[in-house]
Order: sequence, then C-alpha cells, then structure tokens
Amino acid sequence: MSGVSFRRRAVNAVMLGLMGLCTLLAVGVLLFILGFLFVKGASSLNWAFLTKLPKPVGESGGGMANAILGSFKVLALATAIGFPIGFLAGVYLSEYGHGPFPAVVRYVTDLLNGVPSIVMGVFAYTLVVLPMKHFSAIAGGLALGVMMIPIAVRSTEEFLRGVPRDLREAAMALGSRKWRSIASVVVPTAAQGILTAVMLDLARVAGETAPLLFTSFNNRFWSPGWNQPTATLPVMIFTYAISPYDDWHRQAWAAGFLLLASIFAINIAARFLVSRGFSHSH
Amino acid sequence: MAVDTQVATVRPPLAYRARGILRGLQTGDEAAYLIVLTSAMAIIVLTGLLVLELFWNSSLTRHAFGWSFLWGRTWDPVFQKFGALPFIYGTVVTSALALLLAVPIGLGSALFLAELAPRRLSDALTFLVELLAAVPSVIYGLLGVFVLVPFLEAWVVPALKATLGFLPLFQGRFEGVSLFSAGVVLAIMIVPFIVSVSRGVLLAVPNDIREGALALGATRWETTWRFVMPSARKGIFGSIFLALARALGETMAVTMVIGNTPTISTSLLAPGYTIAAVIANEFTEATSDFYIHALVELGLVLFGLTILINGVARLLILTTSREAAR
Repeated sequence: MSGVSFRRRAVNAVMLGLMGLCTLLAVGVLLFILGFLFVKGASSLNWAFLTKLPKPVGESGGGMANAILGSFKVLALATAIGFPIGFLAGVYLSEYGHGPFPAVVRYVTDLLNGVPSIVMGVFAYTLVVLPMKHFSAIAGGLALGVMMIPIAVRSTEEFLRGVPRDLREAAMALGSRKWRSIASVVVPTAAQGILTAVMLDLARVAGETAPLLFTSFNNRFWSPGWNQPTATLPVMIFTYAISPYDDWHRQAWAAGFLLLASIFAINIAARFLVSRGFSHSH
Repeated sequence: MAVDTQVATVRPPLAYRARGILRGLQTGDEAAYLIVLTSAMAIIVLTGLLVLELFWNSSLTRHAFGWSFLWGRTWDPVFQKFGALPFIYGTVVTSALALLLAVPIGLGSALFLAELAPRRLSDALTFLVELLAAVPSVIYGLLGVFVLVPFLEAWVVPALKATLGFLPLFQGRFEGVSLFSAGVVLAIMIVPFIVSVSRGVLLAVPNDIREGALALGATRWETTWRFVMPSARKGIFGSIFLALARALGETMAVTMVIGNTPTISTSLLAPGYTIAAVIANEFTEATSDFYIHALVELGLVLFGLTILINGVARLLILTTSREAAR
C-alpha cells in the first residue's frame, strides 16, 4: 500500500519536474536568442550602418540606410492597404454581422490568415510584378497588406463587440443615426484596443521576408518613388547572411538586432497600452 | 381607408426600396452600410483572386504534367522537366521532425503554465513565450546558420551517431546544412504556438474536474494527465495541427539551413529542399514562362496543403471550446 503510494508520489514529482524543465527550456531559448542577438548585433551597429548606402559587393563598410527607409515605405503601404479594408470589414462583422454572408466573410478571413507568407508573395507577383514586368515597392506593400487584413478584421470585430450595448442604445436614444453612433461612440470607445491590434499586426508583418523576395526584391541604391525595386531590412538580412563576406555577416547581425528590437518594442508598447486600457475601463 | 391600403399595395415595391435607399443615403446610414459591406466583399474577392491567380499561372505545367507533377522525382529547369516529389518529401520530413521535437516540449510547458504555475508567473512566462513567436523567420535563419548548425555539428550529431548511428536516419556525412538542422529550427519556431494555444485550451477546462479528481486522492500529475488532458484533448490536437500548418509554410529559416538540394535521401543528416524554399530561391531566376508556372504550381500545392491542415485545426479547436462552454 505504502509502496504504491510511494511510486505514485515519485511519478508525480518526476512528471511535474519534467513539465517545469520544458518551460525552462522554452524560456531559455528565448533568453538565449535575445542575449545573443543583443551582444552580437549591438556591437555590430554603428553610425555608418544607419546612414550610408551599401558598398559595392565585397568591399567592407557602408550601411543599410536605403533598406531602413525601404522597410518603412513598404510597411506604410501595407498598412494603407490592409488596415482600411480590415477595419471596415471588422465594423461590418461586428455591427451588421448576422446571417449567412457574414459567416462566409469570417470563414474566408480565417482561410486568408492561414495562407503561407511565401504564397502571398507569389500572389502579389502574379498580380503586380507580371503585368508591370518589374519589381516594385507597390508589389511588396500589397503582399504584406493582404497579410495584415485577417488580424485587422478579427481584432476590430472583437474589440467593437466588447463595447457595451448600453452605449449604442444611449446614442440611438439621443436620436443619432446608426452610422453616427458607430463613428462617434462605438469606435472611439474601442479605439485603444484596435490601435493595439494594428500595432501587433504591423509588428507581425514587419519581419516578413519571403513575400518580399520577388515583389519589392532588393536594391543597392535609394529607390525614389514607389515603382522601383526596393531594399528592405529582412531581405538584406537574408542576402547578407548567406553571402561569403565577413563584413556582410556583421551587418546582417546589426540589421537583425535593429529589426528585432523594433518588433519587440512595438509588442511591449502594445501590451502596456492594453493593460492601461483595462485599468481605465474597470 | 380601404382604398388607401389598396393603393399602397399596388405601388411597385422597387420604387419603394429605391426611395428608401435614397433617403438612407441622405442620412448616411445606407452609405455607411455600403462602405463596410464593400470592404467585407473585398476580402472575399481578394481571396478568390488569390486562388484563381495561382490556378491560371500554373496552367502550362498543370496541362503538361497533370497529377504526375506531384510524384515526379526530377526537377530540371534546363530540360524543362518538373516534378515536386523531392520538395514534398523535404517539407513533410522537416515538419514531422519539428513536431516530434516540439510537441513534448510545448505540451510540457503548456501543462506547467496552465496547471502548476501561479497565475502571475504563468502570465509573465506566457508573455515571454509569445514574444518568441514574434521573432521573424529570417532571424531564426540567421541564428540557425551561425549558431545552431555549428552547435549541432559539434555536440548533437556526434552524440546521435554514437547512440543511434546504426539507424539509416543517421547515416552518412553531416554537412551542417541538412534536413535535421531545418527540423530543429522549425521545432524552435513552432513551440510558442503549441504552448500558447494549448495553455488557452487547458485554462478553459472547468476547475470542478481538477477539484473532483484531487478530492478523490489523485496526485497532481494524475489529475492533469487522466482528467484534465482528456477534456482538453481535441483542442490540444488542434494546436498541434495549427503548428504543423505553420511549419509546412515556413520559408526563410528553412531555406537558410536545409542545403537546397532537390534529392530524396533517407538520412536526416543529408541536405534537402522544401516547397517554400524552392519558391523563395528560384522565383527570381525563373526566366521562361514554363519555369514560372512550375513554381506557381508548387505554391498551389503548398496552399492546398496548409488550407487543409488549418481547416482540421480550426474544427478541432472549435469543437473543444463548444464542449467546454456546455
């Protein structure tokens, strides 16, 4: 009797220990990645990296100023395409979303969310690059923009649904039209949540590389306007990491550090916003 | 009075509706509705266009090879001979290896975070693990090339060869870039998904079950394994399928460590290739229409595969949350 009990207690202790070990491993990997990237990346970062154009192939020095700007351009374009569609569709689902058609929209949105990023690149390629016959920031922005839509839809819907019914009814009772109550009462109430979601959405696509490889492609010079091949940080990291040059490896680390630091900064800021939002409303 | 109603019913309903819409437009309600409806329809149009574009732009190879595209073993752009089997093989093998490594670790962590850790610690650790999911693929690739592959070469592979070297899986020379390296990188990348979704599912299991089991004298582990796990089973399978879909479509990190060689080898230590990796590498090199169509058809295959797996995952997660709500 006591033997069985001992065995059970031992199994219990071992299994619980293993569970803790798994968590330690998962968190340990994260800390290692962060630490390694910080040490290696921060030491590789310098002023030239941020302000200079890439040097010709094989020469050391130079920087990625064009890729930093390029990333901003492509992401701005992606937000301009993805956010309005996603936000408005989210309003549709939350405020008019009963019946079979909204259910179809929700299903298709989930489907779109599951499309691998590389396939999104192929889509933007066939849609923009093939007819225009050259790579461009527009194609890259479109690929990332479409990727942003599903999360924008779902989070807008979720946050709008969180707005209490009383507020809508109060607005209606004051004689406002439905669109007026949505625009001036419902959306502003949920604005902070939606803003957070868009930040996270942006952070998610900011590091995407695969859909940009053959849409915005790459460029070793500035790319004025929106209609030219454009360098971006993620693509530069890829190109430099698989190159045979040591100085390019150093710059890949610097770019990786810069990219990850920005993404984490957005994530943490968003988390902070959400927790403040909740303490306000309760 | 009677005449009045008759007139009203005789009036054509279309004019009625047109007038209603007109009035609605003046007040803004109809206009607002049209705008949001258009956006919702835009999503459906975009997704439809995505499928159609993949379909149209792969017509040449679909007609030339038919279904044999899926089991052709040769990929030779020079002689315009395209078969996808080496890539499908690489994709399946690396994803399977990733699941094999990631599921126990992910599940263990999820159980710890949901069942053992105090809520505050659990929330903090979950936030950290979810940050891991925010790390871009290309950065995993960077770390894979310069840190993980040398580490595997120096420590893990010699140990594997010494213990399991007799298996055909671990024969041959290890060149660093390999199916094995890709599987390990993928495993690290999908752990956060398994942890985050499984933890959510476990937390949704009602506390009565735990209290009941503990009151009957079960240990903490027995409670978790025999009572909590079975009620969360479907949702956990869902999280695993979700992670699988991620792994199948993952591109950059795999491309950087798999070696990019379209061969089929039994040994995990040999280089390979995946569907996503070949699209990433060869798209800009593809000069002929036929070559481009072959690559787009690979995209179509990948699309079909991930949609299928995602569908299964969603179904599983949905049914669990319904059961939990009951």
